[in-house]
This record gives sequence, C-alpha cells and structure tokens, in this order.
Amino acid sequence: MKKLLILGAGTAGTMVANRLNRLLDSGEWKITIVDQDETHYYQPGFLFLPFGVYNKNDVVKPKRYFMPFGVELIMSPIDVIEPDHNRVKLSDGRVLDYDFLVIATGADIHPEQTPGLAEHEWGQSIHTFYSYEGALALHQKFKTWQGGRLVVNVIDNPIKCPVAPLEFLMLADWYFHERGMRDKVELVYATPLSGAFTKPIASKLLGDILGQKGVKVIPDFMAEHVDPDAKKIVSFDEQEVPYDLLVSIPLNMGAAVVAKSGLGDELNFIPVNKHTFLSDKFSNIFVLGDAAGIPTSKAGSVAHFAVDTFGENFVRYSEGLELLPIFDGHANCFIESGYGKGVLIDFNYDTEPLPGRYPLPGVGPFTLLQESEANHWGKLMFRWMYWNILLKGQELPLPSLMSMAGKWAK
Amino acid sequence: MTTKTIAGKTVQVNEEGFMTAPAEWTKDIAVEIAKEEGIAELTPAHWKVIEFCRQDAAASGKTPTLRRITAGAGVTTKELFALFPKGPAKKVARISGLGKPEGCV
Repeated sequence: MKKLLILGAGTAGTMVANRLNRLLDSGEWKITIVDQDETHYYQPGFLFLPFGVYNKNDVVKPKRYFMPFGVELIMSPIDVIEPDHNRVKLSDGRVLDYDFLVIATGADIHPEQTPGLAEHEWGQSIHTFYSYEGALALHQKFKTWQGGRLVVNVIDNPIKCPVAPLEFLMLADWYFHERGMRDKVELVYATPLSGAFTKPIASKLLGDILGQKGVKVIPDFMAEHVDPDAKKIVSFDEQEVPYDLLVSIPLNMGAAVVAKSGLGDELNFIPVNKHTFLSDKFSNIFVLGDAAGIPTSKAGSVAHFAVDTFGENFVRYSEGLELLPIFDGHANCFIESGYGKGVLIDFNYDTEPLPGRYPLPGVGPFTLLQESEANHWGKLMFRWMYWNILLKGQELPLPSLMSMAGKWAK
Repeated sequence: MTTKTIAGKTVQVNEEGFMTAPAEWTKDIAVEIAKEEGIAELTPAHWKVIEFCRQDAAASGKTPTLRRITAGAGVTTKELFALFPKGPAKKVARISGLGKPEGCV
C-alpha cells in the first residue's frame, strides 16, 4: 500500500482528501488526514457574524461530516515534519510515515506580533473578525456601540481573503445606516497598500465604491504598534491614526509546525512551484491552500481551483509521469458591498481583475467589478455550495482555469 | 509591455513602472529611478539594501518582501522606512530593477 498523508483538514485539506479518495485506487492507496480541531469553520462567513447576517450555526460543522469513507482522520496536533525521513511526528507520540505528503496547514492570525494590539484593550476597543471568537465578540460590541471613529487596519500582506476588509467596511456602512446611526460613525481604512486593492484597475474601481460609501482610505500605512491607551495606531514612519474602535486584521502566518520543521519562509509559508504545488526542496511534498507561498490570494476559491488541477496531476505524477504546469493562479471572489449588492472579481497570476460579465460572456448573471444584486445572491448561495459541493471535492460547473471571455480588456 | 528610457538606456517596464528584465538594470538606472521616487541621493545604507535585494532575487527568482529584507540585509523596518519613505518594499523593488513584491496579491 502506498501512503498519502494530508496535514490539515481545513478547506484545502478536506477537498484534497475527497478528490484523491475518488481518483486513487483504494486497493493501492491508504489516505490519512491529521488535524487538531474537530470543528470545520466556514471562514468566509466570519465577515457576516459581526453584522448579525449569519449566526454561529451558519459557519460551523464537524470535520468528520466531510471525510469520505476510507480516509482515516486522526485528531492530534502535529509536532514536527521530518521530510528527510518521510515521516511526521504527532504530539500524541504517534509517528506517521508517508510516500507522499500534502501540507494544508493553512494560515492564522497573530495579533501578538504587533505591540499593543492584543493587550488589555483586546476585545474592548480593539477587535478582529478574522477568527470565529473575534467575529462573535465584535457582534456583541456592535450591539451597544454608540458610534465614533471606526478604523479597519491591515497589519501586513499577505492576508486571507484580501477583499474581506473592504467588504467589512461596505457592510459597516450599510449596517450603521440600517441602525439609524450612520451619521455618528466615521469609517476609515488604513492599509499598507498604495490604494484600496492590489491590482490597478480593481484598486481604482473599488476605491471609487468606497469613496461613494463615505469610507476614507489611508494608503501606505504600515502599522508598527498600537497605543491602546491613547487609542491610536502608529506606523513605521510615525504617522498616527486615532480610533474609537479598531478592527484589526493582524499579521497572517503559516503554522508554527512549518517553521519548526524548517520548511517555511519568514511568515511560515512554504515555497512551492506556483503551477504544480510541488515543494521546491522535496519531490514528494505538495502544499495546497493558504500554507503555500504562491503569489495568488489566500482564499477558498483559489484552493478549490487549485485542487481541481492538482487531483489529476497528482495521479499522473504518482504513476511516474511529469507534473503538468497547469494551475494559473485563478481566483474568483464575491465582494459583499452592502444594501443587498455585491461585486465580483475574477483574475489569475497574469490577468488583473477586469470589468465584464461572468460566467457567461456578455450575459452574466454576475457582473465583474461592478455592483449588482445578482452578485449578492451569488455570495449567499456560495455558502450552500461550499458545505454541499466544494468540501466534498465535487466539481462546480465553472472552469478551473481563468478565461478572458466576457472580460473587457484595456 | 512598454519600454522607457532611463539614464540613457532603453529598458522594458510594465504598466506600474517596474522593470521586467532585471538584467537590463544598471547602477545609473537605480540612481535615476530613486530620483523619481523622491530620493535625491543613494547613500551606502541605500546600496546595502539594494544589493541585498538584487542578490536575493537572483538566487530565489522572487522579489524579496519587506520581512525578507529586514531579516536578510540587517536593517530594521524603521530604518527601511527612513531610507525609502512610504512603501519601502515597493520602492526598493523599483530602484533595484525587480518586479513588484509578491506579498501584494
């Protein structure tokens, strides 16, 4: 029996387990997956928790629901990966050896990396929606908040779901309007980027939408520390942004076990080939999902398109054929913009988000880089697709590689 | 893809003004781009960072991120901001004739 070991049963790991369980011969392969947490979180739903659009039950389910028959799920923290010996040591003392390893240990927030952020004001005047607990705490905060200056700050990139901070601001504009207190709330976005978003056309169009919603953007702001008593964030070049309520997107880092195993970069992300996910250093290690150090968004849609290309490619590779360099960095993100509308962006390594229609060229129903109600319904529908289709490794009726059809090029 | 003449040499640049062929870079080009970025004079401290970025990119094939520069070139983030005000990672990348750092996705 050949052994395939998957580390991490989050979005990417679960999809890989389901896809490869279907593609590989169960008489020849033993698939094992390891995770330390019984609960699967629908992370895109965290955005909606503070505003009461979703509640707890919408975003959590047991991981075991999504494991196919035949895949062994082990619940334990991982102590260390020993790639030179093709084995992984678990914290409970077990040692698992493998023929092929898929690392899908994801990314998580590290507020402790920024002085002043996660101290006595954490959970008081400083919040985050980048964790389940944080999003729920912010929901409680909003219930009694009387208004003031709400600052959303991204500590550094890359972050999971790079559009989520923009969505948060646009939803906040809608939410405080609905509550009849929009005039008492100042919305500010302090970002280390030079504009609202990374790529030029999307940055301009999304920046315009933020402007229309009365959100002030402070670009090129790289926070060095937070002064929780004076209630201000201070940048490396000594700009200061005061706040009444700070919603922070703390530094995102890969898993500590990646660093301990000597596999990661400065942020514990693992260098891999951006078209095949094969480790730069080890010919039997692949990295999928947020754990991979590749220049595309850290997002579930990317993981999905990645697993689409990876499945068949892995089968080829395990049969001694070469990997095909097929993954194009495809990302597709619904951006909730409030008032029952949304924006959609679709892009890859080489093509920045462009205006147009998706998925049917010229028709839609979704509109690219433009607000529409269809996009909002697409976003809400996506949660059902995530739980019922995506995690189970089934195919969506959407191509995994990006297409220029329906996009208006410059 | 367009071309641009910097310090008397025609080089390829992308729409955001980053050079796309690192081999076309010269120190004279660095001085010119630095002026465009509002840095009147490149001091030895600037050159130390630029040289680290050139070497690191040549070895890894990727433009170093801010964190990689501070870890590798032995400067603090604060010093980097003093040397290359506002977005230092991006500025250093442009001056060093490298692509935009990949952290910005």
